[in-house]
Amino acid sequence: MSAWPRAAELGLIGCHVCGQVCSMTDADDGALACPRCGSTLHRRKPAAYARCWALLIAAFLMYIPANILPIMRTASLGDIDDNTILSGVVELWVKGSPGLAVIVFCASIVVPMLKFLALGTLLISSRRGSNWARRQRTQLYRLVELIGYWSMLDVFVVALLTALVRFGYFSLVEPLPGVVFFGLTVVLTMFASMCFDPRLIWDGKEDSDD
Amino acid sequence: MDLSPPDATTDATAAQALLICEHCDTVHRRCPLAKGEVAECARCGAVLERCRGLGANTLLALILTALLVFAQATLWPIVTLGLNGQHVDATLWDVIHTMWTDHSQVVAVLAALTLFVFPLCKIFMLGWLLLYARSGRRAPGFRLLMVTLHRLGPWTMSEVFVLGALVSIVKAHLYFDVQPDPGIYAYAALMLLITIFAGVDLTRLWDETREEAP
Ligand SMILES: [Zn+2]
Ligand SMILES: [Zn+2]
Repeated sequence: MSAWPRAAELGLIGCHVCGQVCSMTDADDGALACPRCGSTLHRRKPAAYARCWALLIAAFLMYIPANILPIMRTASLGDIDDNTILSGVVELWVKGSPGLAVIVFCASIVVPMLKFLALGTLLISSRRGSNWARRQRTQLYRLVELIGYWSMLDVFVVALLTALVRFGYFSLVEPLPGVVFFGLTVVLTMFASMCFDPRLIWDGKEDSDD
Repeated sequence: MDLSPPDATTDATAAQALLICEHCDTVHRRCPLAKGEVAECARCGAVLERCRGLGANTLLALILTALLVFAQATLWPIVTLGLNGQHVDATLWDVIHTMWTDHSQVVAVLAALTLFVFPLCKIFMLGWLLLYARSGRRAPGFRLLMVTLHRLGPWTMSEVFVLGALVSIVKAHLYFDVQPDPGIYAYAALMLLITIFAGVDLTRLWDETREEAP
């Protein structure tokens, strides 16, 4: 047994919701409820690989139209202009403030891409039981959890501008389908990272890093 | 290894002496924490538990402030736009309503849930729990509320909306006169309160409160 015992080795199980430590006895996985908060206890989240992959692929399928389709139409005095996520960033960079453009670029493009790459890497490496950079991979997972929802930024920007800019024929902002796809991408990637179980990173081959 | 698996139902105190890291499943002995201290997992670096520097009374006061600020943020207009003497302003409800009527119902529902329903639920539930936790008691419905609060987790996005408002102001400023309205300041204050609450480890309420004898 290694220096730091793991719950599964000791026949223990920790409640995700309230932190209660329970003994596993011989009950089947999934049939046990936390004595303190009543949540179902799982040694590992059920079907983590299948669910996470499914949600991640669905999110990626939504992400393609989210980037190709325009997210917002601005019309002023008959002059119609359709904006995609990327062209919105460029416009902000050229005309507005480059600092804010960088923030929007990170939230709308870097963060979703990072989530796809990070979750994909975590899924593949955990499935192989790899013991490569386990601590860093767990940190990567925490980063994904922490910054994931900031991608909603562009969706809120479109919503606010639509509500604000409505000067009859003179000026108008309309949401276009791209923004719906983008919103769905964010929600699906959030669900995907929730379905992944970081404990899987530490399963498999015995660690050699300590 | 002398760590014997405790039986949770009969030996509650032995189970209380252990912590299991939710990110790597490592079992730790629990050490008492001083105010403001954080226990981290030795294997993966996850936060195991935090001892908040704030008492239940302070937290309750902060929650009441948050409720007040939240009401202002929701009811007051956020930004006013001007063009040729015309003025248009928007509150959060205008935002949700326009998205609903403008064929983006998915976005309207997302905004309504993450900016209004969930944050409001969080504030009320926390307030209710803390009201009783002041005297070490468990509020009626404690179990259900604690589980719901845990599930709500990342689904409140007021802080993202503040940044979104900032970006919108800069974008609209290219074409219109823009005036920030009181709503945006209320949102900024709310963001500050959210940051404070992000550092509070709520799971400790399970240990700090006792079930009332019937
Ligand atoms: Zn529990
Ligand atoms: Zn850990």
